[in-house]
Amino acid sequence: MPSEGASTLLALDGVKVAYGAIEAVKGVDLELFGGEMVCLIGANGAGKTTTLNAIAGTLPLAGGTIRYRGEDVARLPAHKRLRTGIALVPEGRGIFTRLTVEENLRMGAYIRNDADGIAADMARVFDMLPRIRERLRQVAGTLSGGEQQMLAIGRALLSRPRLLLLDEPSMGLAPLVVEKIFEVVQSVREEGVSILLVEQNANLALEFAQRGYVMESGRITLSGSGRELLDDPAVRAAYLGESD
Amino acid sequence: MNELAELVPWLGKHKPRAARAVVLLVILVAPMIAIMFGRTWVRVLDFALLYMMLALGLNLVVGFAGLLDLGYIAFYAVGAYTWAFLASPHFADAFPAVAAGIGAADGIHLPFWLVLPVGAALAAMAGIVLGFPVLRLRGDYLAIVTLGFGEIVRIFMNNLNYPINITNGPQGINLLDSMNLFGWDLARSIKLWGFKIDSLFFYYYFFLLCVAGSILFIQRLQISRVGRAWAAMRDDELAARAIGINIRNMKLLAFSLGATFGGVAGGLFGAFQGFVSPESFSLMESIAVLVMVVFGGMGNIAGAVVGALILTALPEILRHIAQPVQQALFGQVLLDPEVLRMLLYALAMILMMLLRPGGLIPAHARYSRPEYVTAGGTGA
Repeated sequence: MPSEGASTLLALDGVKVAYGAIEAVKGVDLELFGGEMVCLIGANGAGKTTTLNAIAGTLPLAGGTIRYRGEDVARLPAHKRLRTGIALVPEGRGIFTRLTVEENLRMGAYIRNDADGIAADMARVFDMLPRIRERLRQVAGTLSGGEQQMLAIGRALLSRPRLLLLDEPSMGLAPLVVEKIFEVVQSVREEGVSILLVEQNANLALEFAQRGYVMESGRITLSGSGRELLDDPAVRAAYLGESD
Repeated sequence: MNELAELVPWLGKHKPRAARAVVLLVILVAPMIAIMFGRTWVRVLDFALLYMMLALGLNLVVGFAGLLDLGYIAFYAVGAYTWAFLASPHFADAFPAVAAGIGAADGIHLPFWLVLPVGAALAAMAGIVLGFPVLRLRGDYLAIVTLGFGEIVRIFMNNLNYPINITNGPQGINLLDSMNLFGWDLARSIKLWGFKIDSLFFYYYFFLLCVAGSILFIQRLQISRVGRAWAAMRDDELAARAIGINIRNMKLLAFSLGATFGGVAGGLFGAFQGFVSPESFSLMESIAVLVMVVFGGMGNIAGAVVGALILTALPEILRHIAQPVQQALFGQVLLDPEVLRMLLYALAMILMMLLRPGGLIPAHARYSRPEYVTAGGTGA
């Protein structure tokens, strides 16, 4: 549950996204409070990634509004939305495979030009992700999957976001690595960055998140605190692989 | 330059400074060696330099920004025709009345420092015109549209002699002004202390300066904010958007900057050749330039230079060998030199894909300032 007095950071109202004639997201309402970690779970093709991309501005809206810190940002192009503090870590990590790790990180600060601030944030990211510091000079494409995911998160942090949109950080990673990633995400949240997390790994996501939304074929079907959803028999049956 | 020096056998590894000196020396004396085999070979070198400019420009678009452009020669055409229109008797021939009226009875003859920038600007604009409709296209779709664009430009050049004679149609425009550097006509050979200095030499060194200038500019560009944005966009467009790169502007910039090089090279080509016609700007030329970039090593400046040099010179050498050989063997020339050239390009591509998929000089990950990338860690 959001703490008393926490202000709404992000509010989606009736958001629709279409690929040509096919509507992938059919009116999503979603709310996220400052400092919160919220997760969006659902089956493949439910529209989770599409919703996240619409928030980041990499996909245009077909309807509805996105309010961020009280202002409608639905018309802002992606590169301007990033400047307001919304950063996306895309599905499949999207690191620049031919650049070095350090160059990747520096690219995260592409929109900034405060050298001192960037240096300080680099140091913060290194503290959070010691593995990345060890591999600074390596070409990013040669990193392991888990390291690439860490790098993608680190790169997003260098834009100094208020809201981090994470698209399936656990994708294709071994369970031990996934846990490490979630620890990193947790520590990012503790630094005051709000997080909207899209996950297939519903169990883990709901454990870490304060609240969750369940999405099914383009619509939100359930929402509640992480605990509530974890205990919900329908959720358990559909997403946690339990048949009772 | 450094990368070229590394290619020098033995010296490149052990005495880099000496290797650099060797490369520089070879570049400077190349036309003097070439002329021993005849003027043709100096001409070939001059053309190689023009193709280097084209390959460098196309490398910006294809290698740096990752946008496959199969119609690049169109910008070369724009530059060449700009030169033809603004520095030849054509205007007086096509519109005698207007020409006499504005006091240009022998045609328009503007100086190079005016015509080249105009040609470059027009080419850049053509680049933006091409860029806008293809912003959302990628890969094969982009290639097809750019291919169509190249053909459209060529067909325009072929047909714009009616109703208003702008390009003189398939006959092309003749008697273009040569390069005149503030009173010094590069097309005129000079006698100095009894030595005849061939005009082709002047063109060689002038083009060399242009290529060197282009390389310096592109080197700076590659490590700039723009260069890094292109590298990011090429690797992953979604991620590039996610870190705040304005993809639309960066693509348009790639197309227009690449086109600028094509436009300048086109103007130089017009001045050098003295004649332009649509057949110089066929699809095969676009492909030839692309092959130079790919063969040399996509995304690598030295690669574009070496690719252009080899693939301009080799067909000429082959032509001079193949014709007499065919005559001797069959009593006639069975394979046209142009066919041989394309055959050679195809062979170069196939061999490259098999033996060196990254090109002759593969690009490294070095899109940032050198101090971020130290030796040892960039081996992949």
